[in-house]
Amino acid sequence: MSASVLFDDLGPRGRRNVRIGSGVGGLFVLGLIVLGLQRMAANGQLEADRWAIVFDPRTGVPQSLGRALIVTLQAAGAAMLFATLLGAILAFGRLSDHAALRVPVSVVVEFFRAIPLVILILFLFLGARPVLGLDLPRFWTLVLGLVLYNMAVLCEIIRAGILSIDRGQSEAAYALGMRKSQVLVSILLPQAVRRMLPALVSQLVVLLKDTSLGFIIAYPELLQQARNIINFFGSQYSLQLYVAAAGIYIIVNFLLSTIAHQLEKRVNRSGRIAAGATVIAGANEDQTLAAVARDNG
Amino acid sequence: MQALLDNLDRLWSGFLTTLGMSVAAAVIATILGTILAAFRVSPLPPLRALGATYVQLVRNTPLTAVFFIVIFGLPAVDVTFQNFFIAAIVALSVYTAAFVCEVVRSGINSVSTGQAEAARAIGLTFGQSLRDVVLPQAFRSVVPPLGNLWIALVKNSAIAGGGFAVADIAQLAPSLARDNPAQVLAIFGGIALAYMVITVPSGIAVGVIERRTAILR
Repeated sequence: MSASVLFDDLGPRGRRNVRIGSGVGGLFVLGLIVLGLQRMAANGQLEADRWAIVFDPRTGVPQSLGRALIVTLQAAGAAMLFATLLGAILAFGRLSDHAALRVPVSVVVEFFRAIPLVILILFLFLGARPVLGLDLPRFWTLVLGLVLYNMAVLCEIIRAGILSIDRGQSEAAYALGMRKSQVLVSILLPQAVRRMLPALVSQLVVLLKDTSLGFIIAYPELLQQARNIINFFGSQYSLQLYVAAAGIYIIVNFLLSTIAHQLEKRVNRSGRIAAGATVIAGANEDQTLAAVARDNG
Repeated sequence: MQALLDNLDRLWSGFLTTLGMSVAAAVIATILGTILAAFRVSPLPPLRALGATYVQLVRNTPLTAVFFIVIFGLPAVDVTFQNFFIAAIVALSVYTAAFVCEVVRSGINSVSTGQAEAARAIGLTFGQSLRDVVLPQAFRSVVPPLGNLWIALVKNSAIAGGGFAVADIAQLAPSLARDNPAQVLAIFGGIALAYMVITVPSGIAVGVIERRTAILR
């Protein structure tokens, strides 16, 4: 707490005020929870059999949500893989010394960053056959949409990461006689990856969340599946099933963030953090990266 | 191209719907997000916990799920909205507020502790140091990410039309494309352009503001 910008460590009177304030604040939070539960109880939303449908294997609901989770993760996994690879390639293109490469890559990246993902997916869904002459299954429609959008965002994250590395690093590498590609791959990229890990992971979480847009093209991901189940069992289960689907997304995203956080700690511990790029510089850089990542909301 | 020109009036009204929806959601999200950020930096543990829980839950939920819960889930507890347009504003606000909260909080934390310490050392009160020292600096580092959030919000609002029958720009796409399969490319090009009319100038404005308000740290 002493690290806070806004207030010092508190003295006895301050601590008493905080205790009183906490009491009032606690009552406020408690009041909100009670109000919510009351509303639910008044409408019979708390009854056990309303929620049992989500957990009882005999209804088949848990199984079909499980299948939907796998289908969701398949689309997310494929999209993450391709988007990261293409994002890296585009980032190298945008950092190129040759305008002939840099300019078209920049146009592509800025275009895909500027249009909504929904529009992209709808275009691939409705336009793949008439415009592109492709017969895309729903899975690849969704994955392609996710890849096109996220590769552009990831490109910017990777580019910002590489640019954030101290110039002395690449100068030293050139002085040693390395080629441009060598400097990029063996000097800049390893350090940049460490820096951009938080932004990278938060973008991958965004990608995972965006698989839910599959419902627009009836791809059987979690929310679409929840909708199908509600159509089958009746709308009295709407709240329960949508909350369950959202809950699964929250758990998976939370796990992803936790794993990434552990990974980050390990990477930093093994840290051969280069001389120029000390931790002090790191703090500001993270902010720039976070700003880039927020593009996606 | 013809299909788009014939429906310019629908495109225009869709454009206004998208813009109205986004502006309303941006205003509500900014207010709600700032309140949540105040909770998160306050010295009161229950309020901090409330802010943190809200952010963790909402940030990890897909916006689509927020839409589903607001539109089809909440009526089950007698919370209904007049129409999908209002419901979409609610969903977008609830979702974006979590991100605004994080931006504002990190903005406050980005002000170096020494600044507030110096302010207290020369005898400024809590309110004065907040108003004259911390917030003006926090504001500068908050503006660019808030601008990015605005752009993201405009793009996110397409979910309302793509999936939930709000007559915005995105909703025009499937109906026009089905009626004129030969002109799909032109139709989607026009619709992408309509979004870029909002997002591209916003991006440029964010860049300008970022340069104008930049300070040496």
